[in-house]
Amino acid sequence: MELHQFTIHALQEKIRNGEVSALQIAESVFSRIDAVEGRIHSYIRLMKEEAMASAARADEGIQKGDIQPLTGIPIALKDIVCTRGIPTTCGSRMLHQFVPPYNATAVEKLAAAGAIFVGKANMDEFAMGSSTETSYFGPTRNPWDLERIPGGSSGGSATAVAADECIASIGSDTGGSIRQPAALCGVVGMKPTYGRVSRFGLIAFASSLDQIGPLTKDVEDCAIMMNVLAGYDPKESTSVKAEVPDYRQFVGRDIKGWKIGIPKEYFIDGIDPEVSAAVAKTIETVRQCGASIVEISLPHTKYCVAVYYIIAPAEASSNLARYDGVRYGFRAADARDLSEMYQKTRRQGFGAEVKRRIMIGTYALSAGYYDAYYGKASQVRALIRRDFDEAFARCDVVLTPTTPTPAFKIGEKTDDPLQMYLSDIFTISANLAGIPGISVPCGFSTSGLPIGVQFLAGHFEEGKLLQAASAYEKSAAVEKRRPAL
Amino acid sequence: MDFETVIGLEVHAQLLTDTKIFCSCSTQFGAAPNSHACPVCLGMPGVLPVLNKKVVEYAMRMALATHCAINPQNVFARKNYFYPDLPKGYQISQYAYPLAEHGYIMIDTGEGSRKIGITRIHMEEDAGKLIHDDHNPASYVDLNRTGVPLIEIVGEPDIRSPEEAAEYLRRLHEILVYLDICDGNMEEGSFRCDANVSIRPRGQKEFGTRTELKNMNSFRNVQRGLEYEVRRQQYLVENGEKIVQETRLWDDAQGVTNPMRSKEEAHDYRYFPDPDLVPVVVDEAWVADIRAGMPELPQAKRERFVNDYQIPAYDAGVLTADKALAGYYEDVVKLCGKPKIASNWVMGDVMKFLNEDKKSIRECPVSAKSLADMIGLIEEGTISGKIAKEVIADMYATGRTPQEIIREKGLVQITDEGALAKTVAAIIEANPGQLADYRGGKEKLFGFFVGQVMKATQGKANPQMVNDLLKKMLALRQAQDDID
Ligand SMILES: [Zn+2]
Repeated sequence: MELHQFTIHALQEKIRNGEVSALQIAESVFSRIDAVEGRIHSYIRLMKEEAMASAARADEGIQKGDIQPLTGIPIALKDIVCTRGIPTTCGSRMLHQFVPPYNATAVEKLAAAGAIFVGKANMDEFAMGSSTETSYFGPTRNPWDLERIPGGSSGGSATAVAADECIASIGSDTGGSIRQPAALCGVVGMKPTYGRVSRFGLIAFASSLDQIGPLTKDVEDCAIMMNVLAGYDPKESTSVKAEVPDYRQFVGRDIKGWKIGIPKEYFIDGIDPEVSAAVAKTIETVRQCGASIVEISLPHTKYCVAVYYIIAPAEASSNLARYDGVRYGFRAADARDLSEMYQKTRRQGFGAEVKRRIMIGTYALSAGYYDAYYGKASQVRALIRRDFDEAFARCDVVLTPTTPTPAFKIGEKTDDPLQMYLSDIFTISANLAGIPGISVPCGFSTSGLPIGVQFLAGHFEEGKLLQAASAYEKSAAVEKRRPAL
Repeated sequence: MDFETVIGLEVHAQLLTDTKIFCSCSTQFGAAPNSHACPVCLGMPGVLPVLNKKVVEYAMRMALATHCAINPQNVFARKNYFYPDLPKGYQISQYAYPLAEHGYIMIDTGEGSRKIGITRIHMEEDAGKLIHDDHNPASYVDLNRTGVPLIEIVGEPDIRSPEEAAEYLRRLHEILVYLDICDGNMEEGSFRCDANVSIRPRGQKEFGTRTELKNMNSFRNVQRGLEYEVRRQQYLVENGEKIVQETRLWDDAQGVTNPMRSKEEAHDYRYFPDPDLVPVVVDEAWVADIRAGMPELPQAKRERFVNDYQIPAYDAGVLTADKALAGYYEDVVKLCGKPKIASNWVMGDVMKFLNEDKKSIRECPVSAKSLADMIGLIEEGTISGKIAKEVIADMYATGRTPQEIIREKGLVQITDEGALAKTVAAIIEANPGQLADYRGGKEKLFGFFVGQVMKATQGKANPQMVNDLLKKMLALRQAQDDID
C-alpha cells in the first residue's frame, strides 16, 4: 500500500512511530495527483509549493515532538472556503482571480491542527449543483467511472479523497453537497449541525442552510476532522456555544439496544432498485449489531424539495448581490454606465444555473409574492424541523438512502434542472431542520458504482452519528474496493 | 379653500459608538477614504456580521426617552438594492420586527404643548459615499461610512405645519444629544431628515396624496422645503391638477423642490430576515439597566431649573436648549449661589459673545469658575455691575480671571465714604446752575449729578453710595438754604 492510500489515523500512527515523514506523505500524494488528476480534475488549483513547505515545517515540529491531530496530513479544501493569499474562486468566473485577505475559520483551525493543504477542490459554481458540472473550470469526473459525475456541489472534495489525491477534505453542504458526492464516490461525508462548524470565510450560498463538514476515507477520520473543525466562533453570530465532545470516543462503540428510525416517506417509488437493495441490507446489518428498527413518519418530507428551492435561492439572490464588479472580482469591460456595468458583469460573470437560482430567489422575495413563497416556505420549514423533533423522541438515529440513484452520466441531467434537483431529495431535510447527517458507503451497484446510506440525528448529536456509522462500518460486509484508475 | 397640512418625518441619526455596527472598524468622520474599512464592511465573500451591543443600548436609550415599547425580540432584515455605495447589495436594517414602537414626544406649539407619535425606532447600517470626478467620467466610492450605526426614527403623520415640523426636529435632536448617542451634526450627516407631506381640506378624514421630501440638511431648510411643498400642493389642488406621489429633492439654492428621477425610486427592496444574524433578545433586566443609566432629559431639566433655581420658564428653556450650556450654568450656580443673576450673565453677555463668534459653550474662554467669581465680586461690592461689563469682556477676550483684570486695571470700586463725599460735594459746588434748577423742581437732574460723580471716578464709585450721598447732600443744601 502506498502512503496516499492510508487514512488519517493510520498515517498519524506512522508519523508518531517515526516510520514516515510529512514530506514523504506529501510527495506520495502529489505523485498520485500527477498520475490521476488529468483524468479526474478534482482540483481548481494545486498548492504544491505551499504544501511542501508546510510538510518540511511539520517535520521540524515532529522532530521536536510537536504532533498535532493533523500534523503532516494532506487535506483538500473546497474552493468555497477563503484562503489568505490563495485565489478562492467558488467555481465561478466572477471570482476566478479573487484572492481573499483572510482565512476561513475552518482553514485556520485545520492549519493550527497541522494540516497540509494540497489544493482548492473543484465544485459547482457557488455550490449550486449536484454534479460539479456547473464549475467555470470544467467538470470533475467520478473515479469509479470517468463517464459519470461525482455528485456535487463538493464533487472535487469527494473525488480527491476517493482517488487518494488527498487523505481527507472539507466541503460545504447546503442541501446535500457533502453527503451526496460522498455517497456517489464511496467515501464518508458529514454535514454537522447548523452552528457547529464556523461559517466565517465560507462563501455564502444560502446562509441559513450552509455548513462546512469533512469528507474522509472512514468514520474514524471523520471524527478526527470533526474534533478539529467543531466549536464556537465569535466571528459568526449563528455559531452555537455548545460543548464539543471528543468525537473520537464514539468510534468503535456498539449500538446495542439503539432504536433506528426508518422513515417510510424516504422509501418511495423511483429509487433505483440497487440502491433499495443496498439500503435494505444495511438495515439488516444494523439489526444484527443489536439495534432495533422502528418505522417512523416524517410527514412533511414531500415538501422538502419545494421549500428548499424557495429558501435557498431567495437567500442566494441576496448573498450574490455583492458580486457587482465594483470592488473585487470580475468586471465586464466596456460598460458605458453603472447599470450597464452591473448587467454585463453579472451576465458574463455568472453561469446559467447561478442566474436561474438568482432569478427564482428574486421572484420568491418580491413584493406581493413574499407571503406566498418565502413566508410560506419558512412556515413549512418549521414543520419539517418539528417532524424530526418528534422522530428523535422515538429513535436514536434515522436511517435513509443518501441518494435515489448511483452516479449518473455527465451531461445526463444538465438540461433538466428538476431531475437534477431531485438527486438531493433525501439530503435536503437535514439542512432545513439544521440537524447533522452522515453518509457512509454501503455497497456497490452491479456496474461497480458506490452506494451510500445516510444517518441523521438530533441537533448536536454528531457523536451518535459517528457511533452508528462506525458500528455499521465495522460489521458491514461492504467489500473494500478502490477505483480502478 | 381651507387646507390642513399633514406631515410625518423620518429621521436618521448616526450613533456615537466608537466602532461600526457589524465590525470593529472605527466610526470616526473625516479619515482618508477607505481607511476605516475591513473585509466585513467591504462586503467581501464569506465574511459575516457580528452585532455591536453598544448600538442596541444606544438605540434603547432613544426608545425609552421617546416612551416607546421595546420589542423583547427584534430582528434584522436585509433591504436589497444595487448601488455602488452599498457593498453587500443589501443594507442590514430592521423591518417586520423593529427595536421599538408606539412612542411619542411632546412639542411646544403656538397653542400649547402637543403629543407627536413615534411609529417605530429601528437600527440599521449606513451606506458609503460616492465621490464624482468632475474632470473624468468616473465615480469613486468611499466606504468609511459603510456600517456606521444609525437609528431611524419614524414619526406618525401628526404634524400640522412646517413650523411644528421644525419644532419636532429640534426636540428630537435635543433628546439625541442629551442622551450622548448622537453628535447631532446636520452638515456631516449625523442627523438627517426626510419628510412626507400632504394636504387635505380641513375636516376631511382621509389623507391627501403625499410627496416625500429629501435633501434638507438644516432645521431651517426642513421648514422652508415644507413651506414650499405645501404651497405647491395647494396651488395644484386649487388649479384642479393632481398631486403625484413621488420623491422630491429640496434645492436650497433655488428654494424649490424637484422630482427625483422616477427610476431611482422604483425599488422593490425584497426585505427578508437576515439569516446571518440571530434575533436580538431584550429582557426586562436589560431595559431596567438602560433606564437606570439614562441621563436627565431636556424636559425634566427645564422643570427642575424652574423649581429649584426659581428662574423664569423662558430662561430655563434657553439654558437647557444645549446640554453643555445647561451644565455650564449649573456649575456657575453651584459656585456662586445666585441662580437668577447667573442666568442673566450667561444668557446675556456670555451668549452674546459666543453668538458673535459663532462659538459653542464648550469653546467659551470664560470658565464657570471665573464667571462665578465675578458675580461674587459684584455681590460683595468690590466692583460695580457697570464695571463688571467691562471685566467680562476682558475675561472673554483674554481668558483671564476677574481678580487679575480688576487688579491690573485698578477697577476696584470706591467704597470709601469720606473720599466719595468729597467728590460729591465738589461736583455740587462746581455746578451751581444745575443745582439751582434741581432745587427749582427739575428732579431729573439728579441723574446728571450721578453721571458727573461716576465720570469723575471713572465709573468706580459704588453707585448705591453715590445715590445715598447725593440725596443726603442735596437735602442738606436744601435745609441750609431754608435756614438761610
Ligand atoms: Zn469594517
